[in-house]
Amino acid sequence: MSFDNSDTDLSAVLDSDLQDFIQVQQQKAQLQSSAHKLTDMCWDRCIGERPGARLDAKTEVCLTNCVERFLDASIFLVQRLQKNLSSHG
Amino acid sequence: MTDKLSGAQKDELMQQVQQQLAVANFQELVTKATHKCYKMCIAKPGSSLSTSDQNCLAMCMDRYTDTYNHVIRVYTTKLQNGLQR
Repeated sequence: MSFDNSDTDLSAVLDSDLQDFIQVQQQKAQLQSSAHKLTDMCWDRCIGERPGARLDAKTEVCLTNCVERFLDASIFLVQRLQKNLSSHG
Repeated sequence: MTDKLSGAQKDELMQQVQQQLAVANFQELVTKATHKCYKMCIAKPGSSLSTSDQNCLAMCMDRYTDTYNHVIRVYTTKLQNGLQR
């Protein structure tokens, strides 16, 4: 979901309240979209052959680590790229 | 259309945006869970859904929802802590 400002000037119709609201909703949509991707990936890594009656503690730890390490990996790689870019020019 | 929206129109617009976002999120969850749970529970599709297939699907859907809720909680917390650093 994105509101493209290029062909319609939203500020003509939307006051700053609404623009703030839309920005928050966009962030929410982005967060939910990332959460869906992570759920997909971490489900495959952490959930076994058959679903249990509840998520056990071990599975929850696995899911937590899966999400946190993904974010760490993503930050690490961006920083590494930045370092490479700055050292090469 | 250059007029600003009235208060009531604004409220309606905000409500609609929130509602559509919730619907889209729910649809995504159902689509993802259906794929995962079909793969997990229906190894060999027979001529009908057996009771044990249905039990497995129900359990799987509930756990997928738990997983999503857990993931979004961890993700949000980690992002907030990361920003504070």
